[in-house]
Amino acid sequence: MDVYLAITILWGFVFIYSIMGTMDFGAGFWSMLYINRTKTKATNIANRYLSPTWEVTNTFIVALVVAIYSLFPKAAFTLGTILLIPGSMILLLLSVRSAFLVFSHIAEGYKKPLTYISGICGILIPGLLISVLPITHGNFVAFSNGRPQLKLASLFSSMNEYAFFMFAISSTLFLSSLLLADYSKASNEKDAYNTYRRDALIMGPISLITAILIIITLKSEGRWIYDKMMQNFPLLILSVFFFIAGFVGLLVPSFKPGYQGMPRLSVIAATLQYMIASYVYGYAHLPYIIYPEVTIHSSFTDPNSFRAVFVTYIVGFTMLFPGFIYFWSLFMNDKRYLRKKTKVDN
Amino acid sequence: MEHLIIARSLFGTTMAVHIIFATIGVGLPMMILTAELLYQKTKDIDYSIMAKRWTKAFAIILGVSIPTGTIAGLQITLLWPGFMKVIGTVMALPFQIEIYAFFLEALFMSIYVYAADRISPWMRNVSLLFVALGGLASAVLITNVHAFEGTPAGFDIKNGKIVNVDPWAAFFNPSFGINAIHVAVSAYIVGGFIVAMVAAYKMLKSESGTIVYKFHQKALMVSLIVGGLFSLFTALSGHETAQSLYKYQPEKLAGAEGLFKTQAYAPLTIGGYTDVKTESVKWGIEVPWALSFLAGNRFDTVVKGLNDFPQKYWPPLFIHTLFNAMVGIGMFLLFIAVFGFFWKKILKRDLFPKWLLWVYVACGPLSILGIEFGWIFACTGRQPWTIYRKLSTADSVTTAGNLGILFILFVAIYIVLAVTAILVLLYYFKRNPVLEDINRTEQKNV
Repeated sequence: MDVYLAITILWGFVFIYSIMGTMDFGAGFWSMLYINRTKTKATNIANRYLSPTWEVTNTFIVALVVAIYSLFPKAAFTLGTILLIPGSMILLLLSVRSAFLVFSHIAEGYKKPLTYISGICGILIPGLLISVLPITHGNFVAFSNGRPQLKLASLFSSMNEYAFFMFAISSTLFLSSLLLADYSKASNEKDAYNTYRRDALIMGPISLITAILIIITLKSEGRWIYDKMMQNFPLLILSVFFFIAGFVGLLVPSFKPGYQGMPRLSVIAATLQYMIASYVYGYAHLPYIIYPEVTIHSSFTDPNSFRAVFVTYIVGFTMLFPGFIYFWSLFMNDKRYLRKKTKVDN
Repeated sequence: MEHLIIARSLFGTTMAVHIIFATIGVGLPMMILTAELLYQKTKDIDYSIMAKRWTKAFAIILGVSIPTGTIAGLQITLLWPGFMKVIGTVMALPFQIEIYAFFLEALFMSIYVYAADRISPWMRNVSLLFVALGGLASAVLITNVHAFEGTPAGFDIKNGKIVNVDPWAAFFNPSFGINAIHVAVSAYIVGGFIVAMVAAYKMLKSESGTIVYKFHQKALMVSLIVGGLFSLFTALSGHETAQSLYKYQPEKLAGAEGLFKTQAYAPLTIGGYTDVKTESVKWGIEVPWALSFLAGNRFDTVVKGLNDFPQKYWPPLFIHTLFNAMVGIGMFLLFIAVFGFFWKKILKRDLFPKWLLWVYVACGPLSILGIEFGWIFACTGRQPWTIYRKLSTADSVTTAGNLGILFILFVAIYIVLAVTAILVLLYYFKRNPVLEDINRTEQKNV
């Protein structure tokens, strides 16, 4: 039973990070895209979200990796070996992205070049991160004498990989524009709201198409997981339903005069949409971590270790919980912060 | 180059770069907290300005220490999967708890910086305390893993399988406490002397007796007191760590001291380099009986020499030089801090002589070198093991190839990050000189 608890925790981390990461990298991208349009305040809004949150978001990716090697150390062994190249690429991009993001707020005179570099590095990261998923489907991993090896060439000639890659980037832009639309509305920045609302309306359907592309390419490239996902077909439909709900949420009239759409509703609907879809995907992935060699059972940690780690999860997050709430109240829910008139975004 | 050597060089470089920024990242919040508390106590606005300016520098440093820390945490799995398989099974706790420390630091750092004007001064200090606490805890916890590598506990390996796992016994392994204290207090030396470096340099560049000069002199005094105090603590805890080596890793102590023959009344050799042919330390100063006394508090303590161990298990012999350099720097910093304090507070001199200020400028890089030497000594001194007598470095390394190109890429990125960080620091503080900060706060208060 412990092993299912462990994989659920891991799935939870993956899900939380994928939502927070998309918001984070997406906000960085939008802040870059609208840097010359000073009137709409779209860049300001993105930075206002990004500045206090990126550090916390970054901690989640470390938490995720630590969770993998604490809960499934033998899977970490295989993953570590095959992900050397893609993992290193992610690390290189991530380090430039984070550092230049910080620097761009401090070296005002070089704001533009620094923002461009960090924005572009940032938007590539979700695409590379999600590539871990097709890699775990097994087609690109060769086991010779028990030594796993990644077949990079076949990875980069796979349609499935590209579908995942595009899905990650379009979802990043979709979710972050939704969130920033909501954030702009709470901040009373009408122009920024209209910009992000329009972006979300464009990116939403694109991300849905790429999701369908993943399913289609999986049919030929990862039949085992495709078949198992189809067993939960009604849930996939439910996920699409939430997508439509989110989309409609941007079109309905608002209670706030002068605004069209209820972005808060759309953010919640879209989060549910991704949660359900990733549940279906994750459930179909079981019991394999890397198909067909590594399963959750074969790679699970020592039971004593698991119990100790599990206790720290409960104690640690219980202790941190008030901190997260306080953080939320100061940056997501405090009108004084959201409606700052002057430019104090660094 | 050989695969293993490249892997070690790559990870070593990552750590060497990360250690610089991470150590400052742990040490600086302590200085900021000290300044904030001094401001609360004395109501001297200068201390408040110091806290603000150091926070800005800290934010820039974090821009590098967070990414390099992320690299370190993930690269360890990519380069040393064999090691992480054991660590994940036995020693996951410190990594796991470190995550909570990261969260603590990240949450309250943002609160301290971005919500400063919306929270009470009391809450500001609490936030800062949490930031300092988070940084300190990260240092302690990563040292915990390092201590475990030297004095593993809480598991057995039978027929290649890990059995009898007791994660808390592994966590509280024999050398954890003493190593953690040593690393933590040494980070505060760096916090102190980095500030001393900047303050002394600024004093050299400004006219003596001016407002700016006095401002920096205040900063210098605070940093010398903090730096000196923690140099003393580091020396004391360093003595304890050496005794722990005597007990648990005798060949590392023998390597550090260049001792070949097992003996009672063993001499302590200061300086020089270890020569394997003559089995002695050349050009060193020998202090009779001292090593035995240091190791066991008695002159007749028998200290094991390298000859007691098969040569393939010897640590590299250059660690003697690293060990001496670390101790030498620590002692020098302690002395020079006490000297400055004596000069200002006992002799009551108003101005510092130029040569002394230049020495303080040099103390910044020196303190970082001391930390680097200490870590390199601690980690290469454990070779050929990643987990002492349980897992060899050769069995830990990845089987994936192409390390050479990655090594080049990562080194290039580290250079880019370090250089831009320095440029950004210079850029920011050139455009926001102290005098402006002082004038601005004075106008606000009038």
